[in-house]
Amino acid sequence: MTLASNKTVAVIDYGMGNLHSVAKALEHVADENTQVIVTSDPAVIEAADRVLLPGVGAIRDCIGEMYSTGLVPSIQKAMKEKPFLAICVGIQSLMSHSEENEGVDCLNHFAGNALFFGEEHKDYDGSKLKVPHMGWNQVKQSIAHPLWKDIPDQARFYFVHSFYVVPEDKSEVAGTCDYGHEFCVALARDNVFAVQFHPEKSHKDGLQLYKNFLNWDGKP
Amino acid sequence: MGLAKRIIPCLDVDNGRVVKGVQFLDIRDAGDPVEVAKRYDEQGADEITFLDITASSDDRATTVHMVEAIASQVFIPLTVGGGIRTCDDIRRMLNAGADKVGINTAAVFNPEFVREAAQRFGSQCIVVAIDAKKVSQEGEEDKWEIFTHGGRKPTGLDAVEWAKKMVDYGAGEILLTSMDRDGTKNGFDLGVTRAISEAVHVPVIASGGVGNLEHLVDGVIQGKADAVLAASIFHFGEYTVPEAKEFMAERGIEMRL
Repeated sequence: MTLASNKTVAVIDYGMGNLHSVAKALEHVADENTQVIVTSDPAVIEAADRVLLPGVGAIRDCIGEMYSTGLVPSIQKAMKEKPFLAICVGIQSLMSHSEENEGVDCLNHFAGNALFFGEEHKDYDGSKLKVPHMGWNQVKQSIAHPLWKDIPDQARFYFVHSFYVVPEDKSEVAGTCDYGHEFCVALARDNVFAVQFHPEKSHKDGLQLYKNFLNWDGKP
Repeated sequence: MGLAKRIIPCLDVDNGRVVKGVQFLDIRDAGDPVEVAKRYDEQGADEITFLDITASSDDRATTVHMVEAIASQVFIPLTVGGGIRTCDDIRRMLNAGADKVGINTAAVFNPEFVREAAQRFGSQCIVVAIDAKKVSQEGEEDKWEIFTHGGRKPTGLDAVEWAKKMVDYGAGEILLTSMDRDGTKNGFDLGVTRAISEAVHVPVIASGGVGNLEHLVDGVIQGKADAVLAASIFHFGEYTVPEAKEFMAERGIEMRL
């Protein structure tokens, strides 16, 4: 009964570009019984054991595409019942609102907003900081979580973003980073985990996070 | 503590092989691109840049296959440049697994292309490559001009003003190559690097002229670069990426070790 042991992870394709890296990284760490499916089919998302929500580009386009492809109900249902990981703009799409593109209402899974660093972003000593926040920065793990398993605290992950999330409920913060000020880069509640960085571009610690996601039973 | 400066080995690829020329002449073979990329990934490179310098467009399909092969084995950011002229070119490279594309000559001839590309794919994946040469004489105020065609054709465009314009048009990063330094091993042109880095709010990658590890330090500290790109010092085994990172870290630069 090989079929029974097969597990699937659905990478949601809602038309926002490049999912190659995410799928390749998941395949790299998946065992032989796990199938990675890039999909925009609600039935496949429904049937999957776990779901990954990627995101790239501008938030208005992301949210717009999620609605126009009709995938919002599937995304919301998956967030209620199975291990769910959102990455990059994916984390921003789960907030109540983003101030990008003159303000966009998002999926409101986590209460709070996505804010702009600003083009005049400054470091503590007043020196100029580049925006986007691009490159490898250290992530402080705010809580113990199955997705942090075997990843050292303060490990470096790869970031590319100009907006950052500010959740209202600080107990949902799973990780933070520092760039001019401390800000949230990982959120966790029940079976949902979300990160601002790109695990698929973060070498061995990023691959470990994906491996942890594939092994996660969805419990905090 | 904080964001690390990046080291980016660059693969100049001609006819399916990594090559490195001194100011684009005297090309030396440095291996198979996929093998070279894997080696840098294992060494802890922060990103990899793949520059297709094949003159003819016949080999574009080869490039796509190589990018696919690299992207399925290397889990750090990958930038692909060379011959990117249309949104279809960008889409093809992103689908092959590139994270960013470098636009060079096409931006000079059609700046609107950068705007269109940034709107369509997002600024985060649009790197505008600038090839600059110092044109001021000794004693004059510093001035750098944009050149195309491997540094042979002047454009009359001021490099600093051009960089600002490209960022306004949506470039998410600037890859700055000083053409008069490229391949010389005399170090980056720190003047133009600093002038551009201070003029724009996006990251600047310094390129062209690295001969030793001190040059990398100078690029970051004096040139204010956010990342440093080098080819031959790594390709031919003079230094490894970890050696370069440790050297820079010892000089007080934040690095991912």
